[in-house]
Amino acid sequence: MTLATALSLGETALKLGLICSLTVLALFLSYSMLNVCDLSTDGCFTLGAAVGAAVAVSGHPFLSIIAAMLAGICSGFITGFLQTKMGVDSLLAGIIVNTGLYYINIAVMGGSSLINMNRTDTVFSMMKDALADTPLKGRSDIIVALIAVAAVIAFLVFFLKTRLGLAIRATGNNADMVKSSSINPVFTTIIGLCIANSFTALSGCLLSQSQKSVDINIGQGMVTIALASLLIGGTILGKGGIFIRAVGMVLGSFIFRLVYTVALRFNMPPFMLKLVSSVIVILAISGPYLKRQWPQLKRRMTHKKGGI
Amino acid sequence: MLKLSHISKTFNPGTVNEKVAIKDLSLHLEKGDFATIIGSNGAGKSTMFNAICGDFFTDSGSIVLDGEDITFMPQHARAKNIGRLYQDPMRGTAPGMTILENLALAAGRGGWLSGISRSDKQRFKEQLALLDIGLEDRMNHPVGLLSGGQRQALTLLMATMNPPKLLLLDEHTAALDPGTAEKVLNLTKRIVEEHHLTCLMITHNMQSALELGNRILMMDSGDIVLDIKGEEKKGLTVEGLLDKFKVGAGKKLDNDRILLSNE
Repeated sequence: MTLATALSLGETALKLGLICSLTVLALFLSYSMLNVCDLSTDGCFTLGAAVGAAVAVSGHPFLSIIAAMLAGICSGFITGFLQTKMGVDSLLAGIIVNTGLYYINIAVMGGSSLINMNRTDTVFSMMKDALADTPLKGRSDIIVALIAVAAVIAFLVFFLKTRLGLAIRATGNNADMVKSSSINPVFTTIIGLCIANSFTALSGCLLSQSQKSVDINIGQGMVTIALASLLIGGTILGKGGIFIRAVGMVLGSFIFRLVYTVALRFNMPPFMLKLVSSVIVILAISGPYLKRQWPQLKRRMTHKKGGI
Repeated sequence: MLKLSHISKTFNPGTVNEKVAIKDLSLHLEKGDFATIIGSNGAGKSTMFNAICGDFFTDSGSIVLDGEDITFMPQHARAKNIGRLYQDPMRGTAPGMTILENLALAAGRGGWLSGISRSDKQRFKEQLALLDIGLEDRMNHPVGLLSGGQRQALTLLMATMNPPKLLLLDEHTAALDPGTAEKVLNLTKRIVEEHHLTCLMITHNMQSALELGNRILMMDSGDIVLDIKGEEKKGLTVEGLLDKFKVGAGKKLDNDRILLSNE
């Protein structure tokens, strides 16, 4: 592998890592803060991509971002409403919404399972035109992704320190305490899921626009990928303030993509990729667990051998 | 201040697990009353607290707090006027968040999108210093690192920061070692006096039931069987209390031992 290929691999990983880190940041809010494993992530990611593409194709590249995020908010609201007001288990609520979204996504895409945006103006193509004569030429995709990630992190750092943000964090930590602070945990759960899903949808929207196409399966496995990134990020930068942890999430996403891209480079057949991502998730989740168990195991083995 | 009128609650009605937890219970608490509640396990003490706080709605009867009918008010809305401490020190605070963040949530000042202001921080620091357990220098530590006693003291501060109309203490010192329990109890006494709080306290410790407050309630089988206040309470001894219980409930206590513990 030459240096040039290594660099281009790194760049691809960086771009995908940044765009998908928005989904990781969404799970950071719903999974790490609110303590809800939101399984509607896959569908919501595709929803963002589909809505974004539909709006962009009709000639509104900026509006597409807003539309995608609004769609994400709606999806998050339904997931939240089901689990707080309708007595549906939180995992089940995610799965149900995810299934329902599949058909909604096809409807949004006009009944087809593919939208091509080759000749559509997107935020990426507009940035490319804007930077055409500057030294940053050729880095426009990464810059767009960076701006989005920076905006979301800035929002999270601000938001999680406000009263509502604190209440959302406390809801995942100790719902009893939230109630005794005169705050309705139903309200905080729904708001938290709405915000998280708007990030997921934004992530999907940006990915589809950077690839210039949407496929109905674009979001498949996204929740696994994002969880893996989240866990990797948490292992690297899990302690400290919100900002440090959020940066850790982005880093985790990048590392995950790097591994993924390198695996692709080694002529791994494409159908193996989902398996690779599952293996990474298993390693990322079980790794820290086994590490904690290891001293116990070692002690038991020495004990069996007749040691102390 | 607090008026419970003929409230009843049966859990799992119509099943083999049917349990009458509260039976036609009435209680009238005056403003500034500090009543201790004693009674054996299963007498319905905590269930009465749960009913007052709105963990469930009662099957019958009404609950009126300071002239407002709260019988069907949701739990989080009642919490504005009711502070509560549980036996488990872990229940009142969010362990993953810092002391400062816990206090800020409990204070509930400002709009949804307002942060913690510097003056709030200063105020919290002063209030923590009054607890006299050194928490004022650890404002940015996660609450999960604190000991049970420290967490309970912090919860007490959080529950009374905006003085509630009613403070409910559910054996809040039972899980602490004797020394810490005494400290937290003294703290409770001071805070209740300072804010002239109306307070109900469940305890299994007869001695503190006699020493604290101006009123003793004894519960049995989901009802209040004994209500002693004023002069009559002042001269009361543990033995006298047990005798009165026998008369009130029409039977001997199920388990004298729990009630007699002098720790």
